[in-house]
Amino acid sequence: MTDYKEPSFANSVTLVATREIRMKLRSKAFLISTGILMLAVLASVLVGGLLSATTSKTDVAATGAAVTFAEAIPGLNVTAVDSVDAAKKLVREGTVEAAIIPAEDSGIGVSVIALDTVPQSLVAQLSTSPKVELLDPSAVNPVLAYFAAIAFGIVFFMSAMTFGTTIAQSVVEEKQTRIVEILMSTISVRALMAGKVIGNSILAFAQIAVIAGLAAIGLTLTGQSSLLASFGPSIAWFVVFFVFGFVMIAALYAATASLVSRQEDVGSATSPVMILVMLPYILVIAFNDNPLVLAIMSYVPFSAPVGMPMRVFLGEAAWWEPLLSLAVLLVTTAAVIVLGSRIYSNALLRTGARVKLSEALAR
Amino acid sequence: MLELVNVNRSFGGTRVLRDVTFSIAPGRMTGFVGANGAGKTTTMRIILGVLSADSGTVTRDGRPLETADRRRFGYMPEERGLYPKMKVAEQIVYLARLHGLTPAAAQRNTATLLDQLGLGERADTSVESLSLGNQQRAQIAAALVHDPEILVLDEPFSGLDPIAVETVQGVLKERATRGVPVLFSSHQLDIVERLCDDLVVIAEGAIRASGSREKLRAEFGESRYELEATTDIAWARGTPGIEVEALDGATVSFRADTADAAQNLLRAALERGGVTRFTPQEPSLAQIFHEVIQ
Repeated sequence: MTDYKEPSFANSVTLVATREIRMKLRSKAFLISTGILMLAVLASVLVGGLLSATTSKTDVAATGAAVTFAEAIPGLNVTAVDSVDAAKKLVREGTVEAAIIPAEDSGIGVSVIALDTVPQSLVAQLSTSPKVELLDPSAVNPVLAYFAAIAFGIVFFMSAMTFGTTIAQSVVEEKQTRIVEILMSTISVRALMAGKVIGNSILAFAQIAVIAGLAAIGLTLTGQSSLLASFGPSIAWFVVFFVFGFVMIAALYAATASLVSRQEDVGSATSPVMILVMLPYILVIAFNDNPLVLAIMSYVPFSAPVGMPMRVFLGEAAWWEPLLSLAVLLVTTAAVIVLGSRIYSNALLRTGARVKLSEALAR
Repeated sequence: MLELVNVNRSFGGTRVLRDVTFSIAPGRMTGFVGANGAGKTTTMRIILGVLSADSGTVTRDGRPLETADRRRFGYMPEERGLYPKMKVAEQIVYLARLHGLTPAAAQRNTATLLDQLGLGERADTSVESLSLGNQQRAQIAAALVHDPEILVLDEPFSGLDPIAVETVQGVLKERATRGVPVLFSSHQLDIVERLCDDLVVIAEGAIRASGSREKLRAEFGESRYELEATTDIAWARGTPGIEVEALDGATVSFRADTADAAQNLLRAALERGGVTRFTPQEPSLAQIFHEVIQ
């Protein structure tokens, strides 16, 4: 019969994965939340760029000999005026932040007039500082490190949560509606689980890729491409770790969700996995300046997708370390898939009460 | 020919199937009847490979069943299930593709089948917004769309209105005449009576009777007759080989041990006056069923 072609494992997986993707893309809630997420990423990059552009110059007024003095200092936007009174007037009007006037009694020959607060940054710019020598200069600005920690943490957390929950719901939907019985009599349970994991993984990767792309475009447009260059290698590692880390998380979500039969129970059944996803996020934010914690995180499979890129970014990881950690992650992912599919196939037909993990692992 | 031989299955120490043995022949509708919890669903799940048997074999033309064989089966599980948010046609096409149909064939079969089942206009409606009866029709379409070589249907008629029952009966009969073996369970014995060629009766996990309807009738239906004479027939009580079940003036219902005993009674009645009616009573399926599971 030409109408019929014996489907291969890959055919079945592709069909299941395609259905998962199509149904998810049809969900308005998903499209809206993705849109909001993209806007938030774009907005934070743009706002960051604008802020760094505007804070660079301080408006000051200067008079007499102070004009040449002020113009020699970088970062000042100097307005020359005729008298001290005119300078004071500009300060009162708020046109300038402060006025610099000549003063014989001052050590550096000028004094500063401001309205109600001491303009700290201006004072700092006018002051002469002693030369400082750092014995162990940190390559990375700590603020930037904190920013990177939040970015890696939140992206991993959000994607793993969003798509992990999707898999869990899809597993339970099939169990609850009992269509799983038709599916199980048609294709192998492994193909079903693989299709779900792969379908949702593709969506997750696509989302990550779009976010990364938006961030890159945003950084380039706002002239922050140096920042982009310093993030490059760690983002590349993040993507690699994310691919395998997410597959592991997805298998865990599928397996734990298969233990229950109702959507209402999905939350409690999958909460252990959720904690595994949340911990790296919390840890990386709290301990992004603690090399020991980061080192441990970068080897534990569940936190490696966040921990290792962070260490690469900070320049703390030797070249072989990401590879070793990736190997650990790969082995764990394989083991989780084997265990997960056993739980999944044993628990799928048991409806009603929650299936005990020990029962699902037996046989 | 699909054959089950000595299939056993236990759940947590409770034995739910005991040496289940029966066969389903090509081109025949086999009714599968039994009380709730008798083991019908478990048996069907084992045929489909959704559950595994603890022991025993399921073979098709002498060969053990494999996944590839089962993919050519059509199955309607007892507890209905389709994706609630998917559209009817989209869903049936998806299932057809999983069974291995080419995209074109999947589309074509889906369209034909939905029309046949009277669901053509609903093809683009999501399953959750269909009425229960129409969901049931969609479920039947899902079981038939890939032109299965064997059909196993758990309660295909429950929840259908009489017109839908006839539609579905027609569709199933048509498959059977094409040579497909059809196994279906039902609580509605009158439908089974009308529809099935063969019958399998299960009780407490054991097959109590199986075979063609005629064979079972001969085996389990005791010979019942009704006779209406022109005069009082109370004398029939005590006739050898006759057990009177009901007596009302000139009318008697009785069981006869042998056909000869019934003839003798008829002859005696003719000698005493006249006989206006003498009818052998065919046992209904319900009667056979009660007989068998007792």
